[in-house]
Amino acid sequence: MTKIDLESINVILATDCGSTTTKAILIQKIDGEYRQTHRGEAPTTVEKPFANVTIGVANSVTEVGELAGRKLVSDEGTIIQPASDNEGCDLYISTSSAGGGLQMMVAGVIAEMTAASAKRAALGAGAIVMDVISSNDKRRPHEQIQRIRELRPDMILVSGGTDGGTTEKVVELAELIAPAKPQPRFGSEYLMPVIYAGNKDARGNIEDTLGIDWIDLAVVDNLRPVLEHENLGPARDKIHDVFLEHVMAHAPGYDMLMDWTDAPIMPTPGAVGDILQTIASQRGINVVGVDIGGATTDVFSVFNETFNRTVSANLGMSYSISNVCAEATLPNVLRWVHFDMDERELRNRVKNKMIRPTTIPQSHEALVFEQAVAREALRLAYKQHKEFATTLKGVQQQRTVGDTFSQQSSGQTIVNNMELDLLVASGGVLSHAPRMHQTAMLLIDAFEPEGVTTLAKDSIFMMPHLGVLSSVHPKAAGEVFERDCLVFLGTCVAAKGLGKHGKPCFTYSIEGAISASGSLNFGDLELLPLGQDEVATITCEPAKGYDLGEGPGKKVVREVRGGTVGLILDARGRPLALPDERAACQKTIEQWTEALELYPAASAPEPVGA
Amino acid sequence: MAHAYTPGLKVTSHMAYSVKRILPIKGDVLVSVGDQVQADQVVAETSMPGDIYPMNLANMLAVPPSDVAECLLKKEGDSVDLDEPIAKTKGLFGMMKKTIQSKYTGTIETISNVTGQVILRGAPIPVQVKAYVTGKVVEVLDGEGCVIDADCSYMQGIFGVGGETCGPIRMVGSAHDEPLEASSISEDMSGTIVVGGGRMTAAAIKKARDVGAVAIVAGGIDDQDLRDFLGYDLGVAITGSEKLGITIVITEGFGDIAMARQTWGLLSSREGREASINGATQIRAGVMRPEIIVPHGDAAPPTTSDLDSVEEGLLVEGRPVRIIRDPYFGVIGSVAGLPSEPQVLDSGSKARVLEVKLDSGESVVIPRANVELIEE
Repeated sequence: MTKIDLESINVILATDCGSTTTKAILIQKIDGEYRQTHRGEAPTTVEKPFANVTIGVANSVTEVGELAGRKLVSDEGTIIQPASDNEGCDLYISTSSAGGGLQMMVAGVIAEMTAASAKRAALGAGAIVMDVISSNDKRRPHEQIQRIRELRPDMILVSGGTDGGTTEKVVELAELIAPAKPQPRFGSEYLMPVIYAGNKDARGNIEDTLGIDWIDLAVVDNLRPVLEHENLGPARDKIHDVFLEHVMAHAPGYDMLMDWTDAPIMPTPGAVGDILQTIASQRGINVVGVDIGGATTDVFSVFNETFNRTVSANLGMSYSISNVCAEATLPNVLRWVHFDMDERELRNRVKNKMIRPTTIPQSHEALVFEQAVAREALRLAYKQHKEFATTLKGVQQQRTVGDTFSQQSSGQTIVNNMELDLLVASGGVLSHAPRMHQTAMLLIDAFEPEGVTTLAKDSIFMMPHLGVLSSVHPKAAGEVFERDCLVFLGTCVAAKGLGKHGKPCFTYSIEGAISASGSLNFGDLELLPLGQDEVATITCEPAKGYDLGEGPGKKVVREVRGGTVGLILDARGRPLALPDERAACQKTIEQWTEALELYPAASAPEPVGA
Repeated sequence: MAHAYTPGLKVTSHMAYSVKRILPIKGDVLVSVGDQVQADQVVAETSMPGDIYPMNLANMLAVPPSDVAECLLKKEGDSVDLDEPIAKTKGLFGMMKKTIQSKYTGTIETISNVTGQVILRGAPIPVQVKAYVTGKVVEVLDGEGCVIDADCSYMQGIFGVGGETCGPIRMVGSAHDEPLEASSISEDMSGTIVVGGGRMTAAAIKKARDVGAVAIVAGGIDDQDLRDFLGYDLGVAITGSEKLGITIVITEGFGDIAMARQTWGLLSSREGREASINGATQIRAGVMRPEIIVPHGDAAPPTTSDLDSVEEGLLVEGRPVRIIRDPYFGVIGSVAGLPSEPQVLDSGSKARVLEVKLDSGESVVIPRANVELIEE
């Protein structure tokens, strides 16, 4: 890769090769500022009959080129570089999650400690964790070995023991992996990369045990050198290196793609994580980001500067849609639908979406159903995230006598919806919703933010592109993020607590870009107009038992930001509950649908299957 | 955009099919280049390393890991039988000796002086790879397997369960949209691939299995029927390893749906011929669809269609397409127009669309994402 002269860069092309779609964006310097100008997409082509990712890349780039009136792909099918007046680009970068992304197996001695840290390192690097093997995972050793044999990971991360701690247990893990010989996805010639990031005293023994012909062993610093601290950086960096050297090199067409790019290809989720951490740190806020894809849902969070990422491997909107319905159950999905649908017909539709994952809803009722499934997928994924994003387990807590009655053990979730400042949505079902009101409502229903939370969406799923761009050209990444990436939907003000329907929940008065005042009863939902770039100050007085951020019953004054949807006042209570009885539930959802103007143009649909 | 790439399922009367038959690990290849092989013929075989059973003798003997080696009655590479003594402590003054018997039959693979763990390997597991398709061996991959070529008719299904099998094609019913009912299945269909037109019912699948049919093929299946037959709900479409006693392939999708005329016609024209079929489906990384292969053998291949000259994978006017999403799910037509500007759908979304002329003569506007090419 040659050194890049940042000053001379006027045209930047970035692609993200997803498992279904390859998305390309064009960034151009206009009046001295970098702006995202055009986008295009095409089906990803890692599968037969094409089996070459660059075909999909060239198709998506061709579309961008057609829209921009700029020739970006040569007659030979390669990216034209450098840029001239109306041809080519100066910088080309890419991320990838195609072919199932980066799939890893991790191992650690104790499930809640070193194994959890290893999982965090792998997830943070953008991997899908296929399984976590630990000494106390309740499986017998031969069952663990059988599982390792069945998996086909791209690489394995082994941790275990703090520095100076147990050697025996971590070597025992290695002794399970060595004879199991998991088959790599890319054929028998592929050396299985194993990264060891455990007790430094065990390195010699690990090298003896895993230094065998089918393993490519790399040793890095312990990711949990002491119980009180994680040191995930070296393991994450090594995972990225191995991803490029081994995994990408074996995926169809990636050798060519790596030649084309001016910066290393990053796993898509790793790039998203990078950009979200940057925003949280620059603005001093707590952020949750979600990317709901066809096969998986990624949730990222930064609370008090601690970053966490989870991948819910079988919660997605196409490949995994059937699994969402199975896990959530169809009645739970249908509680979000305000009209009758035939269950048998729906089950067939769900399966048809699973086997033909690239289709899109054409009718209104298909859209409503798909968004109902999305609510459940997001809700389940966030639940898993909260269970994973915890304080470090195994750390001794110092307590005073005063703590006796409010004892908190280590390993509590650090996700606190009341402290959440910004919730960012991305992924087809959220980004491509016909109305942004629908996106906002999906987020609120699934994540149940409390207090005052700004809602935004990644306009065209640009965060992966900007994550990798920030490593090459931070200025361009920053400018595009600020101006073109996030579309602010508005702000949600939601009361925590439960009460009786129709009884007072909170009163409000607003000054600023708009002036308004009023009160909401429990169960109400109200949308106030507060436009893009508008701000106002809201003062809320919650009724007894309700909390808006300052404690139950205490007044709250906050600045709120407008957006394409506006200011959403939510007095439905937390945790959000829906009537069990189907007719009452439909009526409730219909009221909320009307309050938020979710589907204004739609006429009442005919029952499906009628 | 003049063209749009829209992948479809392949249904062709004539194609050169090539299949690699590879052992999971190295072994013996039993055929040579030029050999004619039958679908059910074993072409390569090997033995997989047996299952692994760890025994932590340090814990069992209550000695430090470094002392395990001197307590062992066996060494690396030795065979042990179930309940055979494997280690014994020296005891105290020759008394109170403790003996550990093997919990498994196998061979001692490793003895660790760090953990005191002994790894026992069970008996090798024999693995055989069959030809799968009747054809000619064109390449032998030393110690790994072979490549078999066959001229054939080839059909991809949309979804299947169950693995590879073979048998003669047996058509059931008289039309591409006639449901496949249990009453159409008879005892003389044992060993055959039963092909129906419309939706296969749960009773039909069960009866086909009971009479000994190796596979059942039809246009559609009801999700509830599949769930009842499998005994569980499929979360993701990764199949092929099921042991159901029958392979199931659907060509169009879930629900009441007729088999595409072209597929029905092709299968009908090959009735009685030996075919190979695989229900394995993987709709994710390395997408894999179920397939039906009918080698021509000595018979003359059927005539090819006029559409063979159309560039593969491109959506152009006149090409036959299948609509793959409600409200027109399963309907077949041909591309009548490709407007370049996106249009607003009933859902409110804006998307690129195409105009499809249905067989009934009606024209409908469909998102481009919701059609697939019928590839000939």
